[in-house]
Amino acid sequence: MSETRGSSRWVALAVIAVFVGGTFALLAGSGFDVVRAAGALVRGAAGSWYAIGSGTLVRSTPLILTGLAVALAFRAGVFNIGAEGQFLVGAAAGTAVALGLGAAPGWISIPALLAGGALAGAAWAWIAAVLRNRYQVLEVISTIMLNFVAAYLVSYLVRGPMQEPTHVYPQTPTIAAAAQLPRFGSTTRLHLGFAIAVAACAVAWWFVRSTAAGFRLRVVGANPSAAAVAGEIDVQRVTTRAFLVSGALAGLAGAVEVSGVTFALYENISPGYGYTAIAVALLARLDAAGVIATGVLFGALEAGANAMQRDAGVPSVAVSVIEASIILVLVALERARFVRRGESAT
Amino acid sequence: MSGATAAFVEATVRSATPLALAALGEVVVEAAGVINSGLEGVILAGAFGALVGAGHGGVAGGFAAAIAAGVGVAAVFAVFAVWLRADQIISGTAVTLLAVGLTGTLYRSLYGAAGAALSIPTIGPWRIPGLASIPVVGSGFFNQPAVTYVVYLLAPAIWWWMYRTHAGLALRAVGEAPAAAEAAGVKVGRVRVWAILFGGVAGGLAGATLVLAQAGTFAENMSAGRGFIAIAIVVLGRWRPMGTALAALLFGAASAFQFLLQALGLALPYQLFLSLPYVLTLLALAGVAGRVRAPAALARADLP
Repeated sequence: MSETRGSSRWVALAVIAVFVGGTFALLAGSGFDVVRAAGALVRGAAGSWYAIGSGTLVRSTPLILTGLAVALAFRAGVFNIGAEGQFLVGAAAGTAVALGLGAAPGWISIPALLAGGALAGAAWAWIAAVLRNRYQVLEVISTIMLNFVAAYLVSYLVRGPMQEPTHVYPQTPTIAAAAQLPRFGSTTRLHLGFAIAVAACAVAWWFVRSTAAGFRLRVVGANPSAAAVAGEIDVQRVTTRAFLVSGALAGLAGAVEVSGVTFALYENISPGYGYTAIAVALLARLDAAGVIATGVLFGALEAGANAMQRDAGVPSVAVSVIEASIILVLVALERARFVRRGESAT
Repeated sequence: MSGATAAFVEATVRSATPLALAALGEVVVEAAGVINSGLEGVILAGAFGALVGAGHGGVAGGFAAAIAAGVGVAAVFAVFAVWLRADQIISGTAVTLLAVGLTGTLYRSLYGAAGAALSIPTIGPWRIPGLASIPVVGSGFFNQPAVTYVVYLLAPAIWWWMYRTHAGLALRAVGEAPAAAEAAGVKVGRVRVWAILFGGVAGGLAGATLVLAQAGTFAENMSAGRGFIAIAIVVLGRWRPMGTALAALLFGAASAFQFLLQALGLALPYQLFLSLPYVLTLLALAGVAGRVRAPAALARADLP
């Protein structure tokens, strides 16, 4: 097939313009005040210091961590669409650890619950790694299936063994105050988790850029057969590690969310963080440091969307259209970067 | 006990119908060397289209709108996956996200945040005289909504088309050796686009089945992973139409199994049954994925 590359860029942008424009036109057509909605979106994301700190940055924290999880996996050619499920089991494990430690001091319970969340996320991702390496199961399918199983697992836990003592609400008891992440001051909801997320990105950025293991990760992602033949790299070992680190980060995100924001586990604890994470990672061009910026951008978008739903009644799910459009434009424009090469696709 | 068995067979066929429709479409798509991981979004759009269409034009309007919506979403995927040659897995995932956002937004804009208890026309079972009287399995297979009979006809028709016609040969050539097919004068891109659009028709029908033949209403994300399960079914069916239809039946049985177990009143958490189809997908893929051969050019955007 021969076509001119320049025109494809315009086609991609045109398709996106139709989606985004169409969505707004539809909203306007069905009686929503679009101007008011846009105003609410901007105010909710960046209208005040409170909105920025307690809205946008709090919302960014899980997106940065899951976005980093996706970025590292994709760099290694591992299409982990399962950050959502890994986030959920991480949140469940973090809650379980916090509740199990009860009134233990914070310097014990907080590291323990974060480690518990990361371990659970890694274990959940490990299932997909085994399925891919030993049974050649496409990880896109396996991780999505595991997302559903994780959601039902959380549903079972909060209605069964972990339900709060009165058995009225489908959620766990609140974790002890000592197990809650410290906040940056008494007037903000911004918690230590944001700093943890930024630090994780900094470490990952250094790791991918400057270490031998980071180099192997990049080589395997760029060309697995060349990595195996010319670089004598154990591709399966590298991809398994990418799965585990990716799962651990997403699981950590879940534990941070429990310890910093919700203080309990319940069914819809994630409004699709694991899926938004894909857009976060792609927009950052899979760069660990870039994930901080794109995570904050999407955090602002989602915090704004919540305000939009609250103040103008516009469904916040409309933001998914924007996220999907960004992903589509990026995979089309950065074709060379995101193409799977030389691997069977079962 | 035979009453329970008959009910189990009926539930099996009922649950298998949308999966089989979506998976049969995906067989054609994957035969052309494309994996449409946006199938989930196609089904969801089909379900929403069915709701809107049925509200305006009855059952026929529902099916027509479902097919149009499914083809529309498939066309978006085709633009990115074939025309722009973007990575199929990521674009498909984005297309699903797009469908979730669009259907969710439109649903709440058109029907209000509560979603209201919608009553739309649905199709009832259509009893085939004679066949439906076969003991135990007869009514399960032959007292179903008409869409189920579409599956019975579609599976052999696709088989015949893929393996007995010139066009079917061209389709498989595109999936196995696109460069050779192109050299032989087959328009690879065009064949892939048509295959994806056909997958859109089948996926849209699958969505319509959920709304018009089963639930009688729409719920956000009601496709509930069926698109991804259908992709797994294609693997399980070894990329062949008849095998895929049988594999869909197996997954239908897994879903029906949860009703059976619940009916038996076992004191097991219901979430265990609900997660059964997803766990089965993983186990089934682990069992067969390494031993079967996919079309050689599947999901390879770097090949022509």
